[in-house]
Amino acid sequence: MIYTASPLAVGIFFAVVAAVLGISFYFGRKTTSAKGYFAAGGTIHWSVNGIAFAGDYLSAASFLGICGMIAFSGFDGFLYSIGYLAGWVVALFVVAEPLKRMGKFTFADALDSKFNSRSIRLMAAISTLIVSIFYLIPQMVGAGALVTPLLGLPHWVGVTLVGGIVIFIVTTAGMKSTTYVQFLKGTLLIIFSVILVFMVVDRGIKDVPYEGYHDFITLQAEITDGSVTSVSDPSFTIEGEYTENGLHFVKLEKDGIRNWWNLETETSTLTEALSIVTLDDGSVLFNGAPRDDQLFYPVGNMHRIVVDGDQVEEVRGLNCISFLAVIQESEVVRFIADVFTSGTERVRIWYQEVTPGNEILSPGIKFHIDEGSSFADKMNFISLMLALFFGTAALPHVLIRYYTVPTPAAARKSTIVAIAAIGFFYILTLYMGLGAMISGVLDVESSNMSAPLLAQSFGTLMFAIVSAIAFATVLGTVSGLIVASSGAVAHDFIDNFLGKKLTDHKKVVAGKLAAVATGIIAILLGIAFKGMNVAFLVGLAFAIAASANLPSIMMVLFWKKTTAKGIAASITAGIISALGIIMLSPSMFTRYGLEASAAPIPLNNPGIISIPLSFAVLIIVSLMTGEKDQPQGAAVSIT
Amino acid sequence: MDHGPAAEYHECDELLAYKQKAGLRLFFIYSGIYGVFVLLNTVFPSMMESVIFFGLNLAIVYGIGLIIIAIILGLLYNHQCTKMEKRLDINTGKTHGGSE
Repeated sequence: MIYTASPLAVGIFFAVVAAVLGISFYFGRKTTSAKGYFAAGGTIHWSVNGIAFAGDYLSAASFLGICGMIAFSGFDGFLYSIGYLAGWVVALFVVAEPLKRMGKFTFADALDSKFNSRSIRLMAAISTLIVSIFYLIPQMVGAGALVTPLLGLPHWVGVTLVGGIVIFIVTTAGMKSTTYVQFLKGTLLIIFSVILVFMVVDRGIKDVPYEGYHDFITLQAEITDGSVTSVSDPSFTIEGEYTENGLHFVKLEKDGIRNWWNLETETSTLTEALSIVTLDDGSVLFNGAPRDDQLFYPVGNMHRIVVDGDQVEEVRGLNCISFLAVIQESEVVRFIADVFTSGTERVRIWYQEVTPGNEILSPGIKFHIDEGSSFADKMNFISLMLALFFGTAALPHVLIRYYTVPTPAAARKSTIVAIAAIGFFYILTLYMGLGAMISGVLDVESSNMSAPLLAQSFGTLMFAIVSAIAFATVLGTVSGLIVASSGAVAHDFIDNFLGKKLTDHKKVVAGKLAAVATGIIAILLGIAFKGMNVAFLVGLAFAIAASANLPSIMMVLFWKKTTAKGIAASITAGIISALGIIMLSPSMFTRYGLEASAAPIPLNNPGIISIPLSFAVLIIVSLMTGEKDQPQGAAVSIT
Repeated sequence: MDHGPAAEYHECDELLAYKQKAGLRLFFIYSGIYGVFVLLNTVFPSMMESVIFFGLNLAIVYGIGLIIIAIILGLLYNHQCTKMEKRLDINTGKTHGGSE
């Protein structure tokens, strides 16, 4: 798609960035101590912290990634919302208060509070850095995806811009400014999502989403011996064919424009598709023409609208329940991606597929768990849901927020505020995603842009506001992650593991240097991972966190025989197994340019193996080292 | 909006044990509901397509239900803990300084 920057969008974008920087400067002047820098002095009110939790958590993955996934895969995208939210139950009922009681700046404080072990400090710091970096990648990818339509800048500029601003924020301020940025962003995100959902439901559902929506043509084809020999419109010339795994694509030419069509063999009809063709001279054609010709349309529409058994062209006066019920009864046109090579051309095609609403609103489009799916497919799904459930309570940037409030009770209350705010937002994602799916706004090249493009269908102002909030979303989450990483380096690694015993001031300086380094790594990885769905990438971060951190956190709280060596071994096993499985997964093989089927491990998410493995390692090593490695004393009470 | 400076806090063993027990009980209840949801999706995916009320299918109702149940259980947990904290006269938020 072609994006053009609007002055209004640019103005609102810079206003939001200015507000974020203003908050940072204001609180930055007041931050002098390590406790102030890493934990906001433990002075944040639980209600503010609760919304800041939501701000931290409702990252690019939640807003851009989930909405995009729902827009392209229906209910399967919503499964991420359900899993992300369910994880907060673990955080509230199991982790929140004990962690607050036992810790100071980082979750390693809590893990190590009974042991005083350097190996725990080292492994917890490494785990924090790895999880934070995996979580940073999708945020950066999301930033790059946003900046292209908003400011008309390339992806890498967006990534560098976010990285630069966040490094500046974190090095000039710390946890307090991050908290208030998150509070502001969380509030704005929820308010404008409510407005957007209200507008989507109020607009109703139409056969043709808007005037000027591309009218996709259907042609009748004559087939002889499996090949298309003629089409119903003689102005089209057949120039090529490609068949693969039951799919049959035909290249047609008209008025010098060559495009690929999808043949539906049962009805012998050719339906117009979207395609990006890379020619052997390196030039790229979008629907047979250069990108600037704007033939590569935004898509997504209803095929048939059914209300109470009757087919209609449009339905209005819907509410939140009837909106879903109409989609459930109707049929939606989705655009399915495929890639193939024909002669010297490399073709990326998105062909139309009519999908019944009941399939859109139930599992099976993205996760192949319907009848006939393989055992590995089902395990993949369970693995993801397990990682999402256990990952939240193990994310470093979530855990450090328990130290910004004064008491365990405040930690509990702020978690409940977070659950209410995040849960409400996640219900909204269902409407935003489905709204984008049927509003003719989807950019098939970037599922991450679905929510902002949905906003654009209501005018430039709405697009500008939603995009600016989405950008602030990225800024806030990245800030939190970088503070978590800097705490791991300065407090856990340098101060406690290396035993340097830094002064308060030096600890803050070390934290800021670590923040710069982490920010630069995040920028580079954000550029490298361009184009991947951010919700999928965050799912990997959850899996690593759930595997490396959660078994230790839970066992140190509830199993008295847990030893320091058991914890260190468990974190190590969790990191290695989760990372190893991810690197050998079908998704990563595709990323390497190899066939997904060549991946030695059929799982895309490692949780189902790595989480139990990490628990098992902790139990076995603790039992083996139990006699000589017992806790030094009770949990600490912090001041 | 700050709480003011954090101060030392203490919670007696009875309160800690009560909170831990209440938290674990609710955790297992929610885990069970979540586990059944994942299991139904995996083993009986076609069941999730069944329309159960107002034209909404089981997948949507159960999915949104899981989010709402999490909020309700959270509020219930807070109610239980706050009641016990008050009974045991533990400072929970606006004032600081420990008491047992």
